[in-house]
Amino acid sequence: MSMGMVVSLAIGAFGAAAVVFTSFERPPVDATQRGYRGTGMVEIDNPRTTAINVARNRMPESLPAQEPTGQPSSAVYTNVQVLKDVDAGEFLRLMTAITEWVSPVQGCNYCHKEDDLADDSLYTKIVSRRMLQMTAAINETWKPHVGETGVTCYTCHRGQPVPADIWFSEPYHPKGSVGNRAGQNAPSPAVGLTSLPNEPFTSLLRQPGEIRVVSQTALPAGNRQSIKQTEGTYGLMVHLSEALGVNCTFCHNSRSFAAWDQSSPQRATAWHGIRMVRDLNTAYLEPLKSVFPNYRLGPHGDVPQVNCSTCHQGANKPLYGARQLADYPELVGKPVPPASPSRQ
Amino acid sequence: MAEYQNIFTRVQVRGPAYPGIAVPAGTWDRSRQSFFVYWFGRIGDAQVGPFYLGWDGLLALICGFVAFEIIGLNMWASVGWDPVQFVRQLPWLALEPPPPAYGLRLPPLNEGGWWLMAGFFLTASVLLWWVRVYRRARLLGMGTHVAWAFAAAIWLYLVLGFIRPLMMGSWGEAVPFGIFPHLDWTAAFSIRYGNLFYNPFHMLSIVFLYGSTLLFAMHGATILAVSRFGGEREIEQVVDRGTAAERAALFWRWTMGFNATFESLHRWAWWFAVLCPLTGGIGILLTGTAVDNWYLWGVKHGLAPGYPQVFPVVVDPAASLPGVVR
Repeated sequence: MSMGMVVSLAIGAFGAAAVVFTSFERPPVDATQRGYRGTGMVEIDNPRTTAINVARNRMPESLPAQEPTGQPSSAVYTNVQVLKDVDAGEFLRLMTAITEWVSPVQGCNYCHKEDDLADDSLYTKIVSRRMLQMTAAINETWKPHVGETGVTCYTCHRGQPVPADIWFSEPYHPKGSVGNRAGQNAPSPAVGLTSLPNEPFTSLLRQPGEIRVVSQTALPAGNRQSIKQTEGTYGLMVHLSEALGVNCTFCHNSRSFAAWDQSSPQRATAWHGIRMVRDLNTAYLEPLKSVFPNYRLGPHGDVPQVNCSTCHQGANKPLYGARQLADYPELVGKPVPPASPSRQ
Repeated sequence: MAEYQNIFTRVQVRGPAYPGIAVPAGTWDRSRQSFFVYWFGRIGDAQVGPFYLGWDGLLALICGFVAFEIIGLNMWASVGWDPVQFVRQLPWLALEPPPPAYGLRLPPLNEGGWWLMAGFFLTASVLLWWVRVYRRARLLGMGTHVAWAFAAAIWLYLVLGFIRPLMMGSWGEAVPFGIFPHLDWTAAFSIRYGNLFYNPFHMLSIVFLYGSTLLFAMHGATILAVSRFGGEREIEQVVDRGTAAERAALFWRWTMGFNATFESLHRWAWWFAVLCPLTGGIGILLTGTAVDNWYLWGVKHGLAPGYPQVFPVVVDPAASLPGVVR
């Protein structure tokens, strides 16, 4: 071999190695068949990725059960509004748990005034009261999504006063006369670094926008959904996939994304989840706008909102389905929401 | 043996530069300069030039440059004229067609107007270049096969960016100019119309695409393999079968029972290449105009098989909601 050939072979080998090592995931990549053979209904899994996800989705120990005091919390504490009938001992236990779940560093005083726990002057207390109502409502009315596993404060908060994965509206207003991004074409982690619309949440997870774009008939019959709308749906679905750490085929048979009769049961669960998120954003979070201080609001003045990754954080079931709700039964139920969540 | 497996041309012939045939008076004159590049000679002919631009070539370059600038400057503006971000985000950046709400009306400049202008100039550039390819071939006394093959590609380009949007009544149906954005658009297009894989013209297009690569590999390999017997003199051996053509033909009869000739092989290759965008364009044109869901179309015509139910029966939760149509 001549010197030129050796050099060109070396350059070629280097190029090929660069492509292989930067494009592909290091094995093992396990595929588990879920659907009928040949349909590609498989779950792809890498033990290394799973180990990372398992580590970040570990449920903390429940606090030891409390002997009932025999008195409701409202009889012992003043200004109790949403957990009135809970036993006073259990009430204190729940408050301790909430501190661990939400503000372990900041402590009780993150929400309560140090010298007067009943005082409502801190905005965080108003918000957490509304969040308690939200949690109870999720566990009671959104069983089609959360099942008997339910949620606690920890499902979203994970030891942080503000959950890690929240979103703000990025309204799309073309500015100037050149360089319109059309709300997409940016490497946004919200849609898995695709060029799809990078904030599909306002129209689809707050407003009840139409997610379905595919026609139900073979021939045209009036479906005017555009490719742009399809890109919005596609962006939302990429978000779901990233949030749950699953492929499209976890819910859909990719030969026909629209066909329900070929979908997995998880698709129905996700359908209810999307409605649940809309309910939480519109009924619980948006009305808190006057309560939040400005620095908690987004760049366009809207409240922090939830999407799929707020709870799921890379796991197809938040915290891999660990059920802590059984240890805190007072978080189930449908407390009467106050007329307005604003300060008294 | 290794002589024939090298990716580089092993033989470089260096004579005086060939200026080309005499052209009729009145045509734009060619540049007189020719020069040689050794590394060009490793992959092709070492002689570069003489160049010929012509009015059609010049206009094509100008129109192409205008389109390139409109697209590039819009992309740069979209990252606030930041040169670093322009380079980092380049694969994501795009110039988008107008929002669907504008239909076929003229949109504001920054909501698809630039896109229409870029599309106009790019189309003008491509068509002018086609004229150039056609006229150069005629002038050399050649056939116009290259021009018609190029026209097949232009057909697909026009269907995607012009003819189908016109038929759908919305510029918003067209493809954005951008690297990832046009790929994500393609995936969204298939999703919206119920999976393009069940579109028979898409199937044909793929057959001709992959078929082209297969034919190209078979032909290239055959000629290189018999070049020690003079097989690279393909055209002579079309009518005057030498030992190279006979061996190559026998090789394919041995291995697959049939062989293309040194002449017909080039027709096979040309038609496979040309039919790829021709059938693809038909498939795109029918999508949304004649067929709205290719999967359901496939079911209707016995194309998409049913599979045994593996999951518990899943019912659309929206079906039980009052007032929900779909």
